Amino acid sequence: MNIEIILHAGLATGTILLFAAIGEIFAERSGILNLGVEGMMLLGAMAGFSTSLATGNAWVGLIVAMLAGGILSLAHGLVTIHFQADQVVSGLSLTFLGTGLALVLGEGLTGQHPPTIPIVDIPLLSQIPFLGPVLFSEHSLLVYVGYIFAPMAAYYVYKTRPGMHLRAVGEKPSAADTLGISVYGVRYFYTFVGGMLAGLAGATISLSVSPGWYSTQTTSGQGWIAVGLVIFAQWNPIRAAFGGYLFGMLRRFILDLQGPALLFGFANPLYVNSNYGFFLQMMPFVLTIIALVWGSRAATKKRLGAPAALGVPYIRGERGL
Amino acid sequence: MNLPYTVIFEKRTADYPKWLPAVTSLLSVIVAFIISGIVLKIIGGDPLRVLKFFFTATFGSWAVFSDTMVKATPLIMVGLACAVAFKMKLWNIGAEGQFYMGAFFSSLVVLVPMVNLETTPKFIVIALMMIMGMIGGAIWGFIPGYLKAKYQVNEIIITLMLNYIALYWNNFWIFDKWSDAGFQMTPQFEKIAWLPRLSDLAKEYKAFSGITLHLGVVFGIIAAIIIWWILERSHWGYEIKLIGDNPQAARYAGLNITKNLILVMMLSGALAGLAGMSEISGVVHRLQEKISPGYGFTGIIVAWLAKLNPFAVIIVSILFGALIVAGREIQPSGLSNLLQGIILFMVISSDVLLRYKIRLVRLEQEA
Repeated sequence: MNIEIILHAGLATGTILLFAAIGEIFAERSGILNLGVEGMMLLGAMAGFSTSLATGNAWVGLIVAMLAGGILSLAHGLVTIHFQADQVVSGLSLTFLGTGLALVLGEGLTGQHPPTIPIVDIPLLSQIPFLGPVLFSEHSLLVYVGYIFAPMAAYYVYKTRPGMHLRAVGEKPSAADTLGISVYGVRYFYTFVGGMLAGLAGATISLSVSPGWYSTQTTSGQGWIAVGLVIFAQWNPIRAAFGGYLFGMLRRFILDLQGPALLFGFANPLYVNSNYGFFLQMMPFVLTIIALVWGSRAATKKRLGAPAALGVPYIRGERGL
Repeated sequence: MNLPYTVIFEKRTADYPKWLPAVTSLLSVIVAFIISGIVLKIIGGDPLRVLKFFFTATFGSWAVFSDTMVKATPLIMVGLACAVAFKMKLWNIGAEGQFYMGAFFSSLVVLVPMVNLETTPKFIVIALMMIMGMIGGAIWGFIPGYLKAKYQVNEIIITLMLNYIALYWNNFWIFDKWSDAGFQMTPQFEKIAWLPRLSDLAKEYKAFSGITLHLGVVFGIIAAIIIWWILERSHWGYEIKLIGDNPQAARYAGLNITKNLILVMMLSGALAGLAGMSEISGVVHRLQEKISPGYGFTGIIVAWLAKLNPFAVIIVSILFGALIVAGREIQPSGLSNLLQGIILFMVISSDVLLRYKIRLVRLEQEA
């Protein structure tokens, strides 16, 4: 067990959650709850993987993955924005749809080796003691993109005019409408953005963090964890990024517990009987539950919460939000 | 291009006709089949052959129809579990985990064993397994119910996380303590813990040989009747529906929302747990890793397609039972998943027809 390795690996796996959770934050900030993240991620992972295989270029794969996630999310947009269907059920069906499409189209991809996203060191920064090896060396380029992306997303949401429009549509669509902001347009746009980022998160798995296509095992519930992370992060991109990294590190730490024969001077039960590993595999999900309970209590205390119009369809000229 | 007609969405002011939901559900399924057929054609399959195979492999003879019904059995109970929770707008997405916990708890009766399997009468063993199964599912429903009631934690995420936890919990026991000679399953249960099957009567009635339909389907039908009675005839059901439709009004009316929330989650979990018990005792006869091809998730679609009507759940379950039976053999393997997703999408899209009248209007008339 090595602290540097745990931190390093945590940043890499955390990047997956970072993209997916920030994408979901964009969608939810506009008032659209999209529970289809898992499906969009899986479709993105498959699309990116197969495109990279076909074209020999991982970057093209990444773009196709984002388009795949985005286009799939538009189905959710159409059903919830125009048809005013229930967002929970629509999101769930998006997960079924994405999973089904990914499995059908991904038939026979297992065991292939397409080009992946390059792993690089950042010159100079990687020389810093301790921080250098953890933060700035031997990471996939996508991890560095994540570093920059999270603060940019936060700046966009809180400090720019379109970001203010986004928040307005999610908090009080009728007021936004009177200001001449297109509520439907904004919602479609950020649903699409959320889908693209979920697709990117999927491709981050299949083309970078753990390259390969293992059908539903590729994402193994991380899309759902990302949805939980959004609540934990209270719809703040920076908190989502830190939450994602923390989660990745804890996950790696728990896995590494299986390594040593002795733990604090006692025989390590996980080492003696590998079946106890099943309890370790539960931990990410247990942690998500704990994080959610903790986050929900903090939110109630501070009276912070979801965007007011989250999950509520907007119909012009009707009473409501 | 100027069309002489335009489509108008007109909000319904009166209630829609009673037959309309059934028609839209049916239409959604047909449209979903057509879309899947197009997808299949695009990736180079033969949709008509697959469709023909689908019907012969699921409704073609008594033997395969019995297979379809065996798969429909857990779906009925899981579908009811989802329907009850959805009535109160409680999004229990955890039926899969509750199913596994039900299977685990009912297996305890045999594996511990909790009673002397040599001397106890069969109906007591079965009854005990049913109760244990329901307890297991109810515990897995209680956790999210309690967390939501107490801390306003989103039940969707919690129930989903609990699905994964239940899976690993089960795995631990079948890999470790109760592994059958190192295989990832427990030893086969004694015959006393098996639900009676129609094929047990093959000696007296030749026609029943090879018919694997088991008593679980009766549990499903009785459960549907009970749930219908609770929802449509009892005071509790009225409370559940009121809280679901208008929580504000329910609060002003002095209903105990916290209590109802936890109870409904437990009822929902218990139904899913019973499905797990019925599958263990009626089909698999042991605890093992893959006892469910995603019944818990399919149950969500079943409940929605049935418009949360308990009797419609039975009929829809048979269709989805058929999908599971055929899905095992249709290539590519994800196709039945895809079809399920498309069906659910079509159903929720078609709900727009319940809220709006769609009319084709001549433009001159408008002007």
